Amino acid sequence: MDNTSVIRIENVSKRFVIRKEKSLKERVVNFGRSNLHKDDFWALRDVDLEISTGSTVGLIGPNGSGKSTLLKMISGILQPTEGSVHLRGRLAALLELGAGFHPDLTGRENVYLNASILGLSKKQTDLHFDAMVEFSGIEPFIDTQVKFYSSGMYVRLAFAVAVHVDPDILLVDEVLAVGDEQFQRKCLERIRGFQHEGRTIVLVTHGLDQVAEFCDRAVVLEHGRVAADGSPREALKVLRAEFESTRLEEVERAVKTSDAPIVRKGAKFTGIALRTDSGATGHPSLKRGEGLTVAVELEATTPLDDWDIGIGIATPLGTALYGTNTKLLGVRLPLHVGVGRYEFHLGELALGEGDYSVQASLTSSDGTEIHFVPQAAEFSVEGDGSSHGALAARARFTVV
Amino acid sequence: MTDTATERAVRLAAEPLREAGPRPGFASGTLTSLRDIADHRELMGFLVRRELKSRYKDSALGFFWSLIRPLAMLLIYYIALGKFLGAARSIPDFAIFIYTGLTAWTLFNEIVTIGTASIVANSGLVKKVYLPREVFPLSVVGSAIFNFFIQVGILLAATMAVGRFPTGTRWLYFPLSLTLLLVFATALALLLSAVNVYLRDVGYLVEVALMILFWASPIVYSWALVQKQLACTPQMTAATCQTHQTLEQLYLANPVTLVVVGFQQTFWVAGSSEPIPTHLAERLGIALVIGVLLLWVCQRIFARLQANFAQEL
Repeated sequence: MDNTSVIRIENVSKRFVIRKEKSLKERVVNFGRSNLHKDDFWALRDVDLEISTGSTVGLIGPNGSGKSTLLKMISGILQPTEGSVHLRGRLAALLELGAGFHPDLTGRENVYLNASILGLSKKQTDLHFDAMVEFSGIEPFIDTQVKFYSSGMYVRLAFAVAVHVDPDILLVDEVLAVGDEQFQRKCLERIRGFQHEGRTIVLVTHGLDQVAEFCDRAVVLEHGRVAADGSPREALKVLRAEFESTRLEEVERAVKTSDAPIVRKGAKFTGIALRTDSGATGHPSLKRGEGLTVAVELEATTPLDDWDIGIGIATPLGTALYGTNTKLLGVRLPLHVGVGRYEFHLGELALGEGDYSVQASLTSSDGTEIHFVPQAAEFSVEGDGSSHGALAARARFTVV
Repeated sequence: MTDTATERAVRLAAEPLREAGPRPGFASGTLTSLRDIADHRELMGFLVRRELKSRYKDSALGFFWSLIRPLAMLLIYYIALGKFLGAARSIPDFAIFIYTGLTAWTLFNEIVTIGTASIVANSGLVKKVYLPREVFPLSVVGSAIFNFFIQVGILLAATMAVGRFPTGTRWLYFPLSLTLLLVFATALALLLSAVNVYLRDVGYLVEVALMILFWASPIVYSWALVQKQLACTPQMTAATCQTHQTLEQLYLANPVTLVVVGFQQTFWVAGSSEPIPTHLAERLGIALVIGVLLLWVCQRIFARLQANFAQEL
């Protein structure tokens, strides 16, 4: 039963035509040449997705990669240029909190209006009304016109309405990052509840940690195409690699366009290797409490003066756990040209069971990054299964 | 998996897949469109209420403003046309006559003008939520009808004040004319609101067109005056007479003319002895049939155009 698909997206492409004219006069004047005044833009290209009931899918990608467009297509607001989108069950889309709130109406009137827009009948709204107001926590202001609300109150009320609609599919577009922390936690709890009730959730977000936390599947969109589709872990890896390559491109471009005679420091890592205290190399397995040596090899084509090497340890999702560099260690590196080898030794790593990756960075003392490798090498840590999480501790339990 | 989750999965597995958004198809979509709209009638009620509540919110006189406008128009036309230009001399109960026409006209005008702008005005919703977009022009029709009945109330009070309250069979013209007016105005509002999304000039065009239409209907002058001008006299050549007759038919082809005359048949008791167009009831009936067809065509065009609303706004 688990794999009934509720959303089926087949070969969907979406083209936006960017017209530069809007008025009748312009159209008449430019008649016949109107193709000159059009720009095609493919927001999505050949997207194929099946989403099954009860799954929580994170839709991630850089800005402008087509995430929101895809969400709008699922909710039926936009029509695909090619392909088709099919659905099962009732759908509620939170593309913008409070879409349809009228500033001149009171909170109460807006709750009814908004609930009705989201597909709730008046009777159902009556039933949930108290719960909604309770959830929003703005009872004293419910009969005030919403134009006098603070933006936080506005969002609270809107979210309260939205979560009380009873959808089979919930589409959420970056609206979770609202409200204060306490309210955010309430929202996330509610979303967990939704998961528990077997609702399908499609989440567009830039909060990658949220994806790692909530989703059982992540889809990376890149220039309108699906770049990765799988476990959040795999997808985040792809996305972070993409971000890194974009950053490098930007650096490259900045160097090219800049007039100032920036001396580009030509240096990069040529190799990074790991070795445990017991001598294992490659993708080594670390026993608890064992030390790790990180050996780096780099090559500088221009002389490196005033520079630092840094390394770090991160979880597979990219959360940094540990980092150090030569500056923090109080080492001043000498002037360097050509190939050089350096080693860091990290003793007694108190890491919990799991996989970890090592990052390496080369910076000049003014803080500019010369080279950064987000996932330079990987290792795993063996545990005895007595704990979870990234940190290891000697735990004991006694009854006193 | 909890029980609710399993239950939901079972229920969903039994449901067929449906297409997201509006269904394509020119003729076959009619039923689905109607069903979609019917499903959202409660929302339409809310939108009408929103429209009415927010329109005069925060103004001291509030709702009275919707009455003051037509009353001011009545006063202007009554004094300028009736007294200064002397129209009141040839038209009995001139104030009632004008207010009858204005009541019908205001309804038509409001539906078409506000309806045309309705999709653009609600662009925030259109872009963020999927609804059958017909609800926006239709809710305008709803709020316009509400205002209309207030005006009819005033009109009836006025007829009572002058001691000529409409009774009997004259009331038959009222529902027929009103239906015709609503059908035509709704058709236009649907069509124009959709086109307005793509071409904002429509709003201005509508303004001008409505002004012409206002003067092309017997609202501030009577049908008798038009007929007198277009009547064939013995001095005329056959060709001129022919032209006049064609012009008269053309004038009567305007549904607003028929509606206004129909309204006057009901409310303008003092004008009972005034001439009316021949076969008025038949004309109204034929116009109604054409209007319903037009409404259907406009709805289909609307359904076709609405697919790209969100990206054009």
